[in-house]
Amino acid sequence: MRMPVFRGAKRWTTIVTGVLLSSLLLAACGENSPSILDTAGPVAASESGVFYAILIIATIIFVLVEGALIFAIFRYRDRPSVPTHRQIHGDLRIEAVWTVVPALVLFVVLGFTIRGLFEVANQPAGKTVTVRAVGHQWWWEFYYPEYNITTADSLVVPVGTIVHVDLYSNNVIHSFWVPNLTGKTDVIPGHDNQKWFKADKTGTYEGLCAEFCGLQHANMKFNVVVDTPDKYQTWVTTQQQVALSPAGGSLAAQGADVFKSAGCTACHGIVGVNLKSEDDPAVACDNPAKACLVGPNLTHFGSRTLIAGGVLKNNADQCQPGDLKNCNLAKWLADPQGIKPGNDMVVNVTPDQINKLVAYLESLK
Amino acid sequence: MAIRTIGDSATTTMVRRRTLSETYLGQWLTTTDHKQIGIMYIVTAFFFFMVGGMEALLIRAQLARPDGHVLDPQAYNEIFTMHGTTMIFLFVMPVLVGFGNYIVPLMIGARDMAFPRLNAFGYWVLLFGGIFLQASFIVGQPPDGGWFQYAPLSETGVGCGLHAVQCTTGLNADFWALGTLMLGVSSIGGGLNFIVTILKLRAPGMSINRMPLFSWMTLVTSFLLIFALPSLTAASVLLILDRHVGTHFYQYSFGGDPLLWQHLFWSFGHPEVYILILPAFGIISEVLPVFARKPIFGYTFIAWSGVAIGFLSFTVWAHHMFAVGLPPIAQAFFATSTTLIAIPTAVKIFNWLATIFLGKISLKAPMIFALGFIGMFLIGGLNGAALAVVPFDYQVTDSYFVVSHIHYVLFGGSVFGIFAGIFYWFPKMTGKFLNERWAQVQFWLMLIGMNLAFFPMHLLGLLGMPRRIYTFPDNMGWNEMNLLSTIGAFMIGLAVMVFLFNVIASLKNGQLAGSDPWDAFTLEWDTPSPPKKYNFLTLPIVRSRRPLYDKKYPEIADWKTVTH
Repeated sequence: MRMPVFRGAKRWTTIVTGVLLSSLLLAACGENSPSILDTAGPVAASESGVFYAILIIATIIFVLVEGALIFAIFRYRDRPSVPTHRQIHGDLRIEAVWTVVPALVLFVVLGFTIRGLFEVANQPAGKTVTVRAVGHQWWWEFYYPEYNITTADSLVVPVGTIVHVDLYSNNVIHSFWVPNLTGKTDVIPGHDNQKWFKADKTGTYEGLCAEFCGLQHANMKFNVVVDTPDKYQTWVTTQQQVALSPAGGSLAAQGADVFKSAGCTACHGIVGVNLKSEDDPAVACDNPAKACLVGPNLTHFGSRTLIAGGVLKNNADQCQPGDLKNCNLAKWLADPQGIKPGNDMVVNVTPDQINKLVAYLESLK
Repeated sequence: MAIRTIGDSATTTMVRRRTLSETYLGQWLTTTDHKQIGIMYIVTAFFFFMVGGMEALLIRAQLARPDGHVLDPQAYNEIFTMHGTTMIFLFVMPVLVGFGNYIVPLMIGARDMAFPRLNAFGYWVLLFGGIFLQASFIVGQPPDGGWFQYAPLSETGVGCGLHAVQCTTGLNADFWALGTLMLGVSSIGGGLNFIVTILKLRAPGMSINRMPLFSWMTLVTSFLLIFALPSLTAASVLLILDRHVGTHFYQYSFGGDPLLWQHLFWSFGHPEVYILILPAFGIISEVLPVFARKPIFGYTFIAWSGVAIGFLSFTVWAHHMFAVGLPPIAQAFFATSTTLIAIPTAVKIFNWLATIFLGKISLKAPMIFALGFIGMFLIGGLNGAALAVVPFDYQVTDSYFVVSHIHYVLFGGSVFGIFAGIFYWFPKMTGKFLNERWAQVQFWLMLIGMNLAFFPMHLLGLLGMPRRIYTFPDNMGWNEMNLLSTIGAFMIGLAVMVFLFNVIASLKNGQLAGSDPWDAFTLEWDTPSPPKKYNFLTLPIVRSRRPLYDKKYPEIADWKTVTH
């Protein structure tokens, strides 16, 4: 018997498989992406573990139903040889079957869901680092209450340790997301949301704001730097120091003067310069009468990997005095509104002042 | 004084100046005829479809390449906000109301809607509400906080937060809140009208379980409208009070709560999703039987699964809020209700498949769109079920995975259903067929285009691309998929151009259709095309679910063989 041919069906099949396959192939292009399937910790692992289970079930259903659809179009297309059609109005037994079977499948999935849900919700006991993540418009600030240190754009944590995150915002809603390590939790004003994650491998992982938070939502990024416990401890000790004072008369020292005189201190703080200590931003920012720094604390700016809310890399090696062509910090100081339109950074400094400021800020290791 | 006879009126119109309602334009402006209002709804909705479509193309143009410079960030935020708002409130809702207006009274054997003036009122409020919303572009302050307008971003500066924060100081959010209030008035009026019409004006013999499924779905949708929209209305009014009167409903620093907005918005927003898809389910349930030459399989199951979806749709709203930090037990509840709502949806798909099985399928334009609907909506159902898996949802919510999901449901589902409806009922509305060949071209462009546009978005979501970002850097591995998606979007744009061309050409030179071009089963095809103002000279008597089939094939009539 000749296969019944539906003109569109072959094309349809080719197209659907083509799109599926090519998309999967293209997925290989995303090797730099913060993929949720490339997991580096138990939270992300249990979240994408469920994904694979669902993907298998969904693929089976997809193939069966689309197959039935395409088969029916082939088989029952109006041709002289089409089998005589009967006026069937329904069948209670079949209805019962296809109500109960999907229900069973869905409840199996629900089982995965509820198990995974509580797995992710319950923070296990063990060595824990607590961090307060503060969502600003549009950058992230991280405060470590145990050590009383504050940093921005980079969350530094030790490997193999549970990280407990308190999420705080005094402005609009943000969402904390590190695809390789953990799914999202919203940062909602007035809501004391908490979450936890753990990194099993050292490395640097991309973090993003995932709730629309205004003009520069796209550029509210951070990274999670996972270090060995030793390196982490060294980092903490360094961060606890007051800012280094540059040698008198050096370019950096002139930069420190620019920092104090050009209005930077209105929004930025440096411990040892215009701040006494690095306080919990949530305390100051929750009180309209207190000064909540609008810009990041810069005490150890030179040790950070990102600037400007994660938009630019802090490429200190490109920032030599007098040669700032590729220096991101210099670009940022020269034109913050061009790089990230609408952000709060307003500067009015000469190229000479930028040269000095760069030397100073990059010296703040 | 001479005795006036009927013939006199003909002579008097020749001497008397014609009143407004007698001119061509005036007749449209003053009409209360459900068919004219239906067409006005559909044409208006299509105008806004073009507007929303242009916005979609601008979005895709901006995201075609990394670091795009087509739109600046403010313009991008305005455009994506208005794309969603326009497509939902000004295209899908009104076009489906338009079909309901035109078709439901004909289908159930009524002479008009129950409240013709309320019907006209609903249309005009919609039109002016739509113009009001779009006029925000002229003022230069279109809504820019997303179609969801989350507080406190949608608040004014005062009280939106402490210290230096950026909220919505302009009129942007006011345009949105007032515009949707107006559209809500229109929808509630329309919903009430449909309920009364369907419950009270059915032809003799058309019991509720003989009513065509499109009417069933319109009935369920109407109940959803009148119960869901008040929640949006309340949310919008509170927002306006916060913004202009000095209340603090959504302002945490004054004891309000930003989450109140989300609960109010989504307890409207999720029934809304079904408001956008149930009438399309109805259209598919009308088209499939006619082109498979069989009655719908499992009428009762399709009708009651629609009712079940309607009820359950009020219990699932917080599945839009899995990331807001609800207690795990509450999340488990909403995961369960979401699982439940997937069951009646699956039942519908199986019944549609059973309808075309053992049939005699004719692949005319309405049918290919209906079949395309099943194929694409299935994908939207599957990735939707995946989103109900809470731990996975933490990863993909607010990522491009969700963008993919909503477009498979609303484009692959609603829009394909709408086109099936247009190709099916166009001959009834105009007396002419749309060209089949162009319909095929449009279908394939749309099918390929939508899969190119929306399938890669799944992968972008998995690769960590958040939604609503106006730009992305070169090194994230998102470039290729975004480019593909843009190409797909422009293919859809081309398909819509083909459709417009088809409409214009067919109105001019289309093949004449006659009263019953598809050999259909329901009462609207028992009238001339287009139907007379009074619809039916004598009201039809209904003895089964397929009255016209009974009339045309009396020896094998349904009422002889089945009881329902």
